[in-house]
Amino acid sequence: MSTKFENITYRIRRFDPERDRTPNWEEYRVPYTAGMTVLEGLWKVKELHSPTLAWRSSCRMGVCGSCGMLINGKPRLACNTQIAELDSDTVVVAPLPNFDIIRDLVPELKPMFASHQELMPYVVREDVEEREHPTNEFFQSAHELEHYLQFTYCIKCGCCMAACPTVATDALYSGPMPLGQAHRYNSDTRDGGFAARKAILGGEAGPWRCHYAGECSRACPKGVDPAKAIQLMKRELVIDYLRLRKTKCPAKVAEKPTEVKRREGIPDAPPRTV
Amino acid sequence: MALKSKGFPNRLGIWGWLGGGRWGAERYLYTLHRLTGLGLLAYFLLHIVVTSARAFSDAAWSRAMSQVSGPFFKFGEYLVFLAFCFHAINGIRLGLVELGIAVGKPIEPVYPYRTSVDVQRPLALAALATAFVLAVIGTISMWSD
Amino acid sequence: MMRDQKLWAWHLIAGAVILIFLGVHMLTMHMEGVIKIQSLNPASVGHVDKAKIPQAGDRTSDEGDIHPIDWANVRARGVRTLYMTGYIVLLGAALFHGLYGLRNILFELNPAVWLKKTLSALLLLLGLGLFVYGAWAAVMARAVARAWKM
Repeated sequence: MSTKFENITYRIRRFDPERDRTPNWEEYRVPYTAGMTVLEGLWKVKELHSPTLAWRSSCRMGVCGSCGMLINGKPRLACNTQIAELDSDTVVVAPLPNFDIIRDLVPELKPMFASHQELMPYVVREDVEEREHPTNEFFQSAHELEHYLQFTYCIKCGCCMAACPTVATDALYSGPMPLGQAHRYNSDTRDGGFAARKAILGGEAGPWRCHYAGECSRACPKGVDPAKAIQLMKRELVIDYLRLRKTKCPAKVAEKPTEVKRREGIPDAPPRTV
Repeated sequence: MALKSKGFPNRLGIWGWLGGGRWGAERYLYTLHRLTGLGLLAYFLLHIVVTSARAFSDAAWSRAMSQVSGPFFKFGEYLVFLAFCFHAINGIRLGLVELGIAVGKPIEPVYPYRTSVDVQRPLALAALATAFVLAVIGTISMWSD
Repeated sequence: MMRDQKLWAWHLIAGAVILIFLGVHMLTMHMEGVIKIQSLNPASVGHVDKAKIPQAGDRTSDEGDIHPIDWANVRARGVRTLYMTGYIVLLGAALFHGLYGLRNILFELNPAVWLKKTLSALLLLLGLGLFVYGAWAAVMARAVARAWKM
């Protein structure tokens, strides 16, 4: 079967902090097979040419978010990008921009995770006892789930942060991923942490430096649409400033049904084993 | 937030504002919105001072206007008008988008993803068309003397 | 110091205000050739002795119509309290909107904390100063317009 290319040239931004003062480009030629992803090509480079090439990868199926890189000018997941879709026999791979480079294609993601952590990306509730020792599930309708489900698909790959023009200059701006996830929890009816997050979101780390360039949503490999999350969050914060926001209590614990009668002839459940 | 890291710095800086090599249309609308805003601000600050001449006398007003009536100023004012057309109409679009009105509701993402950028694209095109019509009206009006 | 959440909300409100008021200003000044509205340029319509009106720029009095920036129109608008108020509202909204926008652009370039505070103070002073001066000019212009006799 003939393939689109015979060989592919990989042009990779290399940086070894112990040897190099600045990053530099290196080229490698690898054989191409049909259906080859950029990540598979990197393994070939490592096998055939440069055993010291470093990058992060894990699941190789687009769910772990480790292999975010700048591939032919756009931030993408290396495992999710077919070489054939790049329409070029040269694959230019660089580490994700807007993050410091630790080595080769490995970006320093700690600042992004620190911003994420500051915005409390978990359900915040006052009833600590129920959270620590749950008695039952929290009630949430399918309609309420729709309000935030899209934003739960985030795999924290950092592609949106690399695409954002504000993150390119502003170190205090939280960035699309932390803000998108803050909105994910603010719009979760089980959560009661809006006021706590507002303390950070109302200031310079908040969504106010987003000017809707939309690049984060274009770059996101999972369709999370962080740009939409940020605009929806701005709307909520403005409504809150104008004192028009209705404070809702977090979702209650679902009560066990009491008026249900068992139909005749249905056996009891087997005893619990745990 | 501003955590110190020991890696090699890799922020794109202002090149990130100008596109960073990628070609999303909305990113360029954002850049143009910034440029027109700065142009309008610079003009406006001078405009306050120049037009304050009418507070003194009609002669002072006529003198001030003669100083800004040359072809350079006329063309500059025309650029300001064009900048206003774009900045105002794109501003309406940004106001609608950034208040979460024109971005669509959260959906279940199914590939190929239809993001808020796609949802607001007709609005962006309508805004550009409106700005263009206004610019044409202004061009005819200003240069038909 | 107001937090960004509040400043941004006012930035949007000021933008909406400017849209209306500056839209009228643009209609008055730059679209009169196509869309003529008498109350915006009262002296451009009707019989005015052009020889007696100070002309703006370098046109002589018998060249063409009265222009929006000629004294006749400036005076006809300036004499009305509605226009004076409108100009002051536009001045305040535009200064806030523009200078907050500039502050945003400068802050995104990551200046040091002390520089941010200095810039904020300078922009606030500039805005307040120009607002006071511009508002004074609008009020004085009404007085001058009322006192002016052909």
